[in-house]
Amino acid sequence: MSVKSRQSHISRRRFIVETARAACGVALLGVGLGLYTRQAKSLPAMAIRPPGVKDESDFLAACVRCGLCVRDCPYDTLKLSRLGEPVATGTPYFEARDIPCEMCEDIPCIKACPTGALDKELTNIDDARMGLAVIVDQETCLNYQGLRCDVCHRVCPLINEAITLEPRHNQRSGKHTLFIPVVHSDSCTGCGKCERACVLEEAAIKILPLHLAKGELGHHYRLGWEEKQKAGKSLVTPDEEHQYNLPEGLKYEHEGQGLMKESR
Amino acid sequence: MTANLPGQAGKTAVLEKGWWKAHQWLLLRRISQLSILLLFLSGPWFGYWIAKGNLTSSLTFEILPLTDPYILLQSFVAGHDIASTALYGAIIVTLFYLLVGGRVFCSWVCPVNMVTDAADWLRRKFNIKGGAHLSRKLRYWLLVMTLLLAAATASIAWELVNPVSMTHRAIIFGFGYGWLIVLSIFLFDLLLTRQGWCGRLCPVGAFYSLLGRFSIVRISARNREQCDDCMDCFMVCPEEQVIKPALKGADKGYGPVILDMNCTNCGRCIDVCTKNVFSFSNRFNNSTLLNAFIKEEVAP
Repeated sequence: MSVKSRQSHISRRRFIVETARAACGVALLGVGLGLYTRQAKSLPAMAIRPPGVKDESDFLAACVRCGLCVRDCPYDTLKLSRLGEPVATGTPYFEARDIPCEMCEDIPCIKACPTGALDKELTNIDDARMGLAVIVDQETCLNYQGLRCDVCHRVCPLINEAITLEPRHNQRSGKHTLFIPVVHSDSCTGCGKCERACVLEEAAIKILPLHLAKGELGHHYRLGWEEKQKAGKSLVTPDEEHQYNLPEGLKYEHEGQGLMKESR
Repeated sequence: MTANLPGQAGKTAVLEKGWWKAHQWLLLRRISQLSILLLFLSGPWFGYWIAKGNLTSSLTFEILPLTDPYILLQSFVAGHDIASTALYGAIIVTLFYLLVGGRVFCSWVCPVNMVTDAADWLRRKFNIKGGAHLSRKLRYWLLVMTLLLAAATASIAWELVNPVSMTHRAIIFGFGYGWLIVLSIFLFDLLLTRQGWCGRLCPVGAFYSLLGRFSIVRISARNREQCDDCMDCFMVCPEEQVIKPALKGADKGYGPVILDMNCTNCGRCIDVCTKNVFSFSNRFNNSTLLNAFIKEEVAP
């Protein structure tokens, strides 16, 4: 091997080694950061995104963490996550128990967003779904004890739509009525005013992210009474007319009474 | 003349040109960096809003949108359809840096620059040498990694840890543990690697280097034949490898303009040079012949 070709061999070797070294070092960093990213996507339950965020994962691709929504929030509800907080660094969120969303009609936070991370198609704040209020603790909620607290119901910006009070029999006293606060997901925006206003030391009603708060029926499942309403008639009764070998003195009543004694 | 000691870099310039003249561009940069911070802080501090947001995206006087094209590129790669406001903002920023030099962001705007400059200055003063060797090309690998990661995770992953935006956001919106990042960068640059963050690792700087690859405003070693080899410019330059072709490459056919995309246009070389070798110029003013011709005209 001549001196020259050996030198080029050495420099080629060095080039390959150095390139491999840089690539590996950076790739290791990338793996670490990638795993951290996965973790950062799991938004803690108490952190609520501003209106117009549909999906946490999409949001983290769109939000540039500029804080313009925070600046234009007139009630200082929104804040940017700081390093060390459990929300993806630099992204906007709020905690309902501290400062809830006041549901401004002109939605300034969405107007301020330059990237579309907050969806501009949301123009009516009542259509916002930041989360869902859930009575997380029936054991401490005063209304469940038979008292007339009703505070969550009364502060609700969509009173009697998002939260209603449903009368139930008070089994403890045997003669009173419980007024049970019931949240309706077709109206609740997740603004958090109920959680803020809950009079307990620790709120019994809390805003949870929709994916935690909502159940989902099996897609094959049909509720009889809804199907009945859709069809405009009962689908189970009256039964098809057919012959039974009934015991003596009994008949089958097809309008819903079933098996009954034959009247003489 | 022989080379000065690193700790003495800039001393001769102070003696010969006076302190102000020897720190002219440095002071202008500090004023620029601090006033940009003040534009953002006048709102929260004094209730007078000039610029809202931060360096990743902002709105000035409720009309001028500015967006960092690098973060927008990551958002695009992550699969987000970018809204028009951010896009206009990024176009304005891109055009600006195409004109004045990509890494003008690093030396005139970025708040981390003050931290790393301080570390570099202390390194020279205390004669701290050596440390871990990191290639200056590493930042381009990191740049590629951040874009690949944005695509792979479908989110702007780099923003979770980006010290540049984190520092700026921390100053304007509150620190949290952000000061730990600033301190880490300072110590890293001071003790582990010279210009370790800005000059070797930072993918934001790498992006702006590439953006300014063909930018107009450049520093020129116009009077390079006056150079007395004091080495002060090499010692204060955050990207010292960019100087050599322009300053010493006359016989190899290099023009006097520093065309290397990593030059940050900080102008510190102009400050410390007692022979007035360097000055701001543009990339088209790079002909060796034209240069000689002008010199004959100007200096009889």
